[in-house]
Amino acid sequence: MMALDRWIALVILMITLAYGYSAFFTMDGGLPPFMQRNPVWPSTFPKVLSVMAILAALVILLGLEKPGTEPGAQDINYRKLGDYKIGQALVLLGLMVAYALLLRQAGFLLSTTGFLVIGAMVLGERRFLILLPVAVIAAGSIWYLVQEVLGIFLRPWPFFLGV
Amino acid sequence: MLEGLMIGLSTAFSLTNLLMVIGGCLIGTFIGMLPGLGPMSIIAIMIPVAISIGDPSAALILLAGVYYGAIFGGSTSSILINAPGVASTVATSFDGYPLARQGKAGKALTVAAISSFCGGTIGAILLMIFAPMLASVALLFHSAEYFALMVVGLSAIAAFAGTGNVAKAMLMTLLGLIMATVGEGALFNLPRFTMGIMDLQSGFGFITLAMAMFALPEAMYLVLDPSRSSDGGPGGKIKDMRITRVEARQIAPVIGRQSVQGFLIGVLPGAGATIASFLGYAVERNIAPKEEQDEFGKGSLKGLAAPEAANNAAATGSFVPLLTLGIPGSGTTAILLGALIALNVSPGPRLMVDEPQIFWAVIASMYIGNLILLILNLPLIPYIAKVLAVPRTFLIPFILFFTLMGAYIGQNNATELLILVGFGICATILRFADYPLAPLLIGFILGSMLEDNFSRAMQLYGGISFVLERPMTLGLLVLAVLLVVVPSYRARRARARAEGVADGD
Repeated sequence: MMALDRWIALVILMITLAYGYSAFFTMDGGLPPFMQRNPVWPSTFPKVLSVMAILAALVILLGLEKPGTEPGAQDINYRKLGDYKIGQALVLLGLMVAYALLLRQAGFLLSTTGFLVIGAMVLGERRFLILLPVAVIAAGSIWYLVQEVLGIFLRPWPFFLGV
Repeated sequence: MLEGLMIGLSTAFSLTNLLMVIGGCLIGTFIGMLPGLGPMSIIAIMIPVAISIGDPSAALILLAGVYYGAIFGGSTSSILINAPGVASTVATSFDGYPLARQGKAGKALTVAAISSFCGGTIGAILLMIFAPMLASVALLFHSAEYFALMVVGLSAIAAFAGTGNVAKAMLMTLLGLIMATVGEGALFNLPRFTMGIMDLQSGFGFITLAMAMFALPEAMYLVLDPSRSSDGGPGGKIKDMRITRVEARQIAPVIGRQSVQGFLIGVLPGAGATIASFLGYAVERNIAPKEEQDEFGKGSLKGLAAPEAANNAAATGSFVPLLTLGIPGSGTTAILLGALIALNVSPGPRLMVDEPQIFWAVIASMYIGNLILLILNLPLIPYIAKVLAVPRTFLIPFILFFTLMGAYIGQNNATELLILVGFGICATILRFADYPLAPLLIGFILGSMLEDNFSRAMQLYGGISFVLERPMTLGLLVLAVLLVVVPSYRARRARARAEGVADGD
């Protein structure tokens, strides 16, 4: 079983290989002739970066550098992943994605209140008499701050209300 | 210098800017106290607010205030509940928490506040002396030297990453540089690596990246591991905040030494407040008399004063490379640099010549900020500490919401939120595998500057010859290589020798 950091190095190696491939072979194709006389091309810097990144990723992947100290008990540690509340984390991430997709359609006030309430419920909050007013007031006052004080447009209500 | 300070004070003492310092310090203390939100996340969240202010001095003053406040708040939660919100206050909890357990929480907070104040103020004085000197040297630099200097800065960050992490820190820096090449570069006006996606035309948003790298993983950890968040709040009542004259005399030399040492460590790129605080703690323990040495870790006032003075002085010291060279040495100053660029201010040696009011206003705001933390926040701490009692079921959704808001306001684009979540997941996984994330952000922010200076030098000299024709460039680049190679070579030698000894047995 390969340690997680080496798996990550492998993934990054793949990414940098793809990046390097496009820097070395496909990028200069569309370069206008006047630019080709320059000593430096748009692809020059990426070429250097990709070579160095591939080398660094290989060092980690092949384990050329010995690992340092073992993580302490306080540190977050993926080997204890089973003990963690991974379900809650995934649901919250999904909720963030839903928020991103709904923000324009449902309007700021509705989606924010929903996000805060559902987020707290996922984490086990059941005191709705406190939760609901807190979420509504927070959404309202943040909308006011952003829209009126900072002057950035945020659609407050759902799109079909036409605001 | 005094003239400059007067400019700074007159800028900083305007009503708006005073409010900025006070507000920044209060917000910083408030949020910095919450476990899981360090100065980097808080500053990232505050950037959209700061940018919409428009005035660069005011914005920078606000952000600097938030920064000090966050460090102060972090030490408060270290002392009261043994939950350091920030890595640089971990050393504070070694002696601060035992003191709180003995019912001396008030005294511990006072010592911490005074040490922070002195550390920050001495740091600001040193900054005022050193920054103009360094800037006048840096005025002689050309793009070739700038390029080399940034390479030195980036490799120093990797070199200070510690044993077993040099390659990881380097890879993260390179990944940050690679991410900076996505989008249209300033010199070429050609879209690169956008994969045909329109939203990537202008590159990745830096606030989004900062949020995804720092705020989101921390919030995710709070979700994953409930024991990381505090439920219940401070155990004992905070009372009797006074310290005696004997105690003051005991900690005064510690504060003096650690302020200077912390500042010097803070100036080095890559070695920030965290290293300064641990080193300060270790040094003071080693030079303390035998009977006091045993007290370290059980509630020694010296053990509390040392990391506090050191981390604040280092935080101030990290402004030196930022303001004079425009090169951030830490994640926090990288975020500040991003904010400055967004405000159309380019930090560097010209800053002191072209816009002295910004430079000096920041220094003046450091004095004022430290003073405010001492005289305003200290009496308020018992009340502010109530924020520690906010249940995590409320806290976490709000943290997540603020990261979303920060990314949205920065770009006004819902796609940015999806990028935020995507990068946030990647960052959490990277953190699990002990990959440092600050180098990635520093690389990302320096990326376009690095490439611009590199390209300009290449064009001036018609090729790579600038490296050999400019001795200072060559020297700096050699230094950069040595910084990375020497520590790992020595570690290898030490290991080889240790293995040899083991074989001999």
